[in-house]
Amino acid sequence: MTPTFNEMFQGSGVRPPYARLEDWVRAMPQELRHLKQAEAEALFRRIGITFAVYGEGGDPDRLIPFDMFPRVFSGAEWSRLERGIKQRARALNAFLVDVYGRGEIVRAGRIPARLVYQNEAYEKAVAGIVPPKGVYSHIVGIDLVRTGPDDFFVLEDNCRTPSGVSYMLENREIMMRMFPDLFRENRIEPVDTYPEKLRRTLASVAPKKCTGEPTVVILTPGHFNSAYYEHSFLADLMGVELVEGQDLFVDGEYVFMRTTEGPRRVDVIYRRIDDAYIDPLCFKPDSMLGIPGLMDVYRAGGVSICSAPGGGVADDKAVYCYVPEMIRFYLGEEPILKNVPTWQCGKSDDLKYVLEKLPELVVKEVHGSGGYGMLVGPKSSQAEVEAFRAKIIDNPSNYIAQPTLALSTVPSFVEEGVAPRHVDLRPYCLVGERIELVPGGLTRVALKEGSLVVNSSQGGGVKDTWVLAE
Amino acid sequence: MGWGGRPGRTRYAMLSRTADNLYWIARYMERADTSARLLEVGSRISLIPSAHGYRSEWDSLLQAAGMAEGFAKKYGDPIQRNIESWLFFDRDNPSSVASCITAARENGRIVRTALTAQVWDALNTAFQELKALERRARSDLELSRLTEWVMRHAAMVRGAIDATLLRNDGYNFLNIGYYLERADNTARLMDVKYYVLLPRVDFVGSGLDNYQWTTLLRAMGSHRAFHWAYGGEVTAGKIADFLILNPQCPRSLTTCVAGMANHLGRLATAYGRETEAQVRAKDVMAGILATTVEGIFDEGLHEYLTRFIDDTAVLANAIHFAYLSGEMR
Repeated sequence: MTPTFNEMFQGSGVRPPYARLEDWVRAMPQELRHLKQAEAEALFRRIGITFAVYGEGGDPDRLIPFDMFPRVFSGAEWSRLERGIKQRARALNAFLVDVYGRGEIVRAGRIPARLVYQNEAYEKAVAGIVPPKGVYSHIVGIDLVRTGPDDFFVLEDNCRTPSGVSYMLENREIMMRMFPDLFRENRIEPVDTYPEKLRRTLASVAPKKCTGEPTVVILTPGHFNSAYYEHSFLADLMGVELVEGQDLFVDGEYVFMRTTEGPRRVDVIYRRIDDAYIDPLCFKPDSMLGIPGLMDVYRAGGVSICSAPGGGVADDKAVYCYVPEMIRFYLGEEPILKNVPTWQCGKSDDLKYVLEKLPELVVKEVHGSGGYGMLVGPKSSQAEVEAFRAKIIDNPSNYIAQPTLALSTVPSFVEEGVAPRHVDLRPYCLVGERIELVPGGLTRVALKEGSLVVNSSQGGGVKDTWVLAE
Repeated sequence: MGWGGRPGRTRYAMLSRTADNLYWIARYMERADTSARLLEVGSRISLIPSAHGYRSEWDSLLQAAGMAEGFAKKYGDPIQRNIESWLFFDRDNPSSVASCITAARENGRIVRTALTAQVWDALNTAFQELKALERRARSDLELSRLTEWVMRHAAMVRGAIDATLLRNDGYNFLNIGYYLERADNTARLMDVKYYVLLPRVDFVGSGLDNYQWTTLLRAMGSHRAFHWAYGGEVTAGKIADFLILNPQCPRSLTTCVAGMANHLGRLATAYGRETEAQVRAKDVMAGILATTVEGIFDEGLHEYLTRFIDDTAVLANAIHFAYLSGEMR
């Protein structure tokens, strides 16, 4: 493994974006730090940002640990990332329109047909549909890791309903409240334009039959969902209604919501519910979360669904390997952001290599998410490795493997003081009539020493992410 | 904030479910307040001798509050300490302070978008402090401190609503919830007196009788207000007038019904249609306006209150059907 890149220090010096943070840390005695940390936690609790972890039981009002040490990008670093992210989001959408249409990329032999059409996430029910403005994925969350000053890799794409953006916004709010001086000394690009940009993006993809100002709603599975806070937070900031399936119904060619004044038409649904649950007549018949008949209205252009059903086929971990090909194929450009080298266990040569090098690799389920069902070879016991080996052999095409990357670190506040901890980054790219990206994102940090798993469900925390104005 | 804030729109409908959640936030907060006041009444009444001796006053109190059965099932004999647990901390009692504050906060969490940060903050702070109270040893918690704590938080939520919320339909639904619950609770608290006094008619008008009435007034935080309004002796007639008919008393049945009628009227104007709920509210209001103290005592206080509680239940059903169920086209 290459040596770990620390984003703050280079040799004995401090990298320029972090220049002012050195004094800030030095001037903060331990008592003040503990005081501030407690204040931050109290603020989070008061606002009510909590995170329930599925299957773990315990306190449903658990907080995601917030680390006060910010992560900083220079303007130049960011503008390169921004170009790379937008490029990727464009290609992913072009791919979706293509594979539910003529399938040119498959015909051209640039991606195996099996991987697309036999994919569990390929949704036959939407074949032939071109959503308004040709956008399937309106919010693309692209998970990035860094291994050196100029080395960024895309870890995975999230084309359906990436979560976490409320943390990006609240982390900033809380930092600005607690450390106003930092924001006076550093010129930090604002992120609080996100909700308005999201609202505009959603309104820009209103369906054909919508006349006048579109009515946008957010569809949530309900207040027991672990991301409910985020759903209600966004609805509030966007000034739109937060609805559950039971609040909506289909009548004729349109979708309506039940209000105290009677039914009211809905034009754009930003759904935070999986495809399988949105319409029991089309997908899971026993779903209580969805709206019977929704898909018929959608097909007939009476309502827009964001993200459009079927988007999962683009963020599958096996299809991931072909995103650079998509960029070349649809945009005629070279990818600005690299993929992590990936072995597909479904290919026999790759499988052989993976089984041989298993203790050195990271292995993931093709459809897994949230850091579950994965093996981090170097951090696992021999027994764990062997148990995983059996699972791979049992169903090879269900797995991909990647080298264990030396994820960059950012200084973080830990019990003993300040220490480097591994981080990743999820920016949120908005795709509608225009394609936009707010300067920032969610930095997740693995708070356990040496840990590479940053998922909040696995003990990760979050940091405020700064982009400095040029 | 909230429902579809777009320029140029002057009328906003809201989700029926949201209206329902708002209505229940108010009802639960008011109910928590009442459970705390019941505790206060009970502990004061139990300090003086009564028709039954000391002990069974608590039983009367649970009867009046409609919580006697649940309590008996779980604890058996009414021992003060158990009653305190039942009314304050017990999650098996849906009307306990802890259950009500938790439910109010949960309803608030669901409709965060329809609340201001201040209202949410008040609800959430009450809930977080409740959890801290639950972690403390019961022996550290004085009853009077607990009841004061509830009243303070109930007032904070109410104050945040009045000070910060838009005067739109959501505000009307909150107020309808408050007035409805308060009307029901005033009637029930007055009925406690009925249960306590029932066995011995010769107590009526005695010094003990007056003492119990005074305790009831204290529990409703209306002791001083009563003296400002009436002066002189505390009599059953004056108290019935104050708590049932006097529009100056913030907890009187008249005030509560007028409040409901007012907010229902605003909804009818905003939505451009009248429903069964408005018709019912007007009926109840007309009934109260035509009532006199003499009439109440002729009918019997307990009978009058029982009839009133039934009327409010019917009104609550009408409100539910017209606005909260989303059934009415």
